Amino acid sequence: MTEPLLRVRDLKTYFVTERGGGTARAVDGVSFDVYPGETLGIVGESGCGKTVTSLSILRLIPEPPGHILSGSLIEFEGRNLLTLRPPELRAIRGNEVAMIFQEPMTSLNPVFTVGDQIAEAAIVHQRLPRKQARARAIEMLRLVGIPDPEERVDHYPHQLSGGMSQRVMIAMALVCHPKLLIADEPTTALDVTIQAQILELLDRLQAELGMAVLLITHDLGIVAGTSDRVVVMYAGQVVETAATPELFAHPLHPYTEGLMAAVPRIDTRVSQVRGRLHTIPGQVPAASGWPAGCRFHPRCPYAWDRCTAEEPPLLDAGRGEPGSHAVRCWLLTEPRRRTPQA
Amino acid sequence: MTTVAPLVEVDGLVKHFPGDRGPWPLARRRRPVRAVDGVSLRIAAGRTLGLVGESGCGKSTVGRSILRLIEPDAGRVVLDGVDVLACRPRELRGLRRRMQIVFQDPYGSLNPRMTVRQALREPLVIHHLARGSEIDRRIAGLLEEVGLDPAFADSYPHELSGGQRQRVGIARALSVEPSFLVLDEPVSALDVSVQAQVLNLLSELQQRRKLTYLFIAHDLAVVRHSADEVAVMYLGKIVEQGPAETLYRAPRHPYTASLLSAVPVPDPRASRQRIVLQGDVPSPANPPPGCPFHPRCPHPRKNDRCRTEPPPLRAVGPDQLAACHFAEEPM
Amino acid sequence: MNVRAWLALLGAVAVALAAVGEARRLAARGSRGRRFFRHGTASGGLFVLAFFTTVAAAAPLVAPYPPSSMPEIVALQNAPPSLAHPLGTDVYSRDVWSRLVYGARVSLGIGALAMLVAVTLGAAAGAVAGYARRWVDPVLMRLVDVGLSMPRIFVLLMVVALWERLPVSALVLVIGLTGWFGTSRLVRAEVLSLREREFVAAARALGARPARIILRHVLPNVAAPLIVSAALGIGSVMLLEASLSFLGIGVPSPVPSWGNMIADGKDHLATAPWTSLFPGLAIAIVVMALNAVGDALRDALDPGQETA
Repeated sequence: MTEPLLRVRDLKTYFVTERGGGTARAVDGVSFDVYPGETLGIVGESGCGKTVTSLSILRLIPEPPGHILSGSLIEFEGRNLLTLRPPELRAIRGNEVAMIFQEPMTSLNPVFTVGDQIAEAAIVHQRLPRKQARARAIEMLRLVGIPDPEERVDHYPHQLSGGMSQRVMIAMALVCHPKLLIADEPTTALDVTIQAQILELLDRLQAELGMAVLLITHDLGIVAGTSDRVVVMYAGQVVETAATPELFAHPLHPYTEGLMAAVPRIDTRVSQVRGRLHTIPGQVPAASGWPAGCRFHPRCPYAWDRCTAEEPPLLDAGRGEPGSHAVRCWLLTEPRRRTPQA
Repeated sequence: MTTVAPLVEVDGLVKHFPGDRGPWPLARRRRPVRAVDGVSLRIAAGRTLGLVGESGCGKSTVGRSILRLIEPDAGRVVLDGVDVLACRPRELRGLRRRMQIVFQDPYGSLNPRMTVRQALREPLVIHHLARGSEIDRRIAGLLEEVGLDPAFADSYPHELSGGQRQRVGIARALSVEPSFLVLDEPVSALDVSVQAQVLNLLSELQQRRKLTYLFIAHDLAVVRHSADEVAVMYLGKIVEQGPAETLYRAPRHPYTASLLSAVPVPDPRASRQRIVLQGDVPSPANPPPGCPFHPRCPHPRKNDRCRTEPPPLRAVGPDQLAACHFAEEPM
Repeated sequence: MNVRAWLALLGAVAVALAAVGEARRLAARGSRGRRFFRHGTASGGLFVLAFFTTVAAAAPLVAPYPPSSMPEIVALQNAPPSLAHPLGTDVYSRDVWSRLVYGARVSLGIGALAMLVAVTLGAAAGAVAGYARRWVDPVLMRLVDVGLSMPRIFVLLMVVALWERLPVSALVLVIGLTGWFGTSRLVRAEVLSLREREFVAAARALGARPARIILRHVLPNVAAPLIVSAALGIGSVMLLEASLSFLGIGVPSPVPSWGNMIADGKDHLATAPWTSLFPGLAIAIVVMALNAVGDALRDALDPGQETA
């Protein structure tokens, strides 16, 4: 088996909250691996800690109020990113690990041209002279499918549409041919037809450049179409992880199961439409006070007394290779409690 | 469905926003933005019409023009026999009891300095619907109806979650007992698990109160779940309209087809033929000549006629309308 | 200075401390209050304001002498601070401390009242301009541009030239009438952004009249920046009153205001600096306190922090 490119072990990122001086355990013991060339999807609803996880990898969490607890490990090609000194970390950021964000319009600096912003990474990391960096920027714009790159390179961000801006963001991220691209909700702010363009572009670039992608999203549909493996997060923890086909065919955590049933779908038969949607009762809990025991138990249809008392660890589902499908749920120890739901 | 008299009738609705002046004092005005460019709709009582399109297509402007939150430039809106656009301010205020709106953003649509009770009290007071202790009883009843504990009445919006706020927004719209509701992206800002709760609530309320909905959304899956009939908008015009079943199964306009194929499906085994549209949506200030969709159209029969002659919205099947010269031919 | 006056002074300090303590206790309940007192200078500022307000309210108790009494016009002229006259006496042998105490009434009163006039006018003009737009907005805003571009002192000088003896109430009115322009701009900008918010559209959809929308939905949301600008504005009005009095066109002698006290002492700065120094210090301290409280209010009332 190949070595993982990125190993995250027991990542804990906490925030000091204003009210009452409490602590929000936004990310609370998250572990996963990203292998070279693969796409790992992290899915979850708002407040589950998926974005904080992605920001923690490059240590982009504002400190204070946030801090990554000691004992957490983020290892990129054998180097622990959490113990690197700032210059060493900067050599990795934007170079070997790059990131794109949800809001392309606000992620670009309005006072510099598109070309300047793309060229910057090449100048900083690869010490290219200005002229070559500009040529590189044009080449990158062509790569991400922007028409007339020679002209567009001198445009300012306000002259671009949302989809174009996201393409420029991708071009910026890929200038140094990173080994890992972290994409945090890259299409959430875009329209469906533009979203399809961007997802197709990411797919093509990944195949051409052979990079790994860590895709953060709330949309199960996007994960199903793009990821090789999926990590489902809830309340700051990983609740289920599996290969994509396995997860969608056999979701084992009640949260994963509920989430899949709650999505209104376009591909169901007409007779299934117009009925009630399956819902997960209640609200997503707040990071300043996760429920005791299993964090999902207040919303879980199967919960019993063990779930309220004891927090389940990630258990191996015993399907496929050991460890390939893991679920944080006591149901795995007592499968007969999984009764059909009314 | 055509036999039932429509509750809401919209004919030839037009709204052009004047262009900005440039930064210079004597600069010419920029071209007007043709947000809505001749939209006609009919919604039968008790039914839901889904109005779908991407951002900037004018769908929200249609919704707000019907309620006259925006004054349309031309067209006719009739609600249960009353000509909405001809109403004077006084009559309009009375008419507002019959038509209401639920907004997308549950954070922006509630006044941050008013408690839930104050927000729900206001419409009751404006329309003299209740007084004294009756008001509190009505508020408690409304909250229960939308699935909230009446104890929430004294909370401020910032103390509520997104889903709870959206329920308050729905309760506020229901407080005046309307018959017609414009739902302007009511679940787009919510998490998946909460989205399903709110969609179920909306369909329960529709059945219980015999409500008529105009359901505006960019999400075809959400609309599919809720709507009887669907209209698809592109650049201020309706490009296809028909019963939900037919439209989703056999879209006739290439834009509808591409829109449908672009929706990600949560099933890795789904092997769908993806139509990925090229290019961006053109600016509504400067729409292309001929068929507004022609620069992005993937239809194999696309030709010079599309570039010059705007296709009319015409019947292409039972109850189905499409604005495409080649609607009858396979994609 | 007699025992009663010292006791009254101690009493004023005690009242001010108690007021700050009570405010802190009440504030600890809400997140806004906690944000207010997180400012290091907020407590100090509040104490200063509470102290001077108490002193002004209880002036007859705190002041050892009547403000205008001239006990020994020759022997006690410009006497340096002593036990009997803790802040010394002025050129007419009047007790500086007593005049400072009574002057607090005038100076703080003018500051607060003039600001109230200015804020009310500014809020009304700004709200109408922002909400009505069409022709009302440009007309009002051009008026504001004119108002902002005219030197205020000059306008006030003209008014004084027309009016021989300006009563204090008229002074308040004139300062207020010439001070609302900035506020109206602030309010208009807030209203312009608020009117696009969906809760305003919701209120319209519910059939609310424009007056109701402005009063119930728009203005309460402008209150926070308005209160902050008022707190900061009182300080600048006090400074303005001081400069007017110094020029001899503000509060007429012998009624003491901190401004005319400075003016009275200006010819004896070398020999009797205390006559001008103490009122000057009082103005500086109160203005600093107002700024501290204003800054703390800005943070406390910022609705952006409300959802966090």
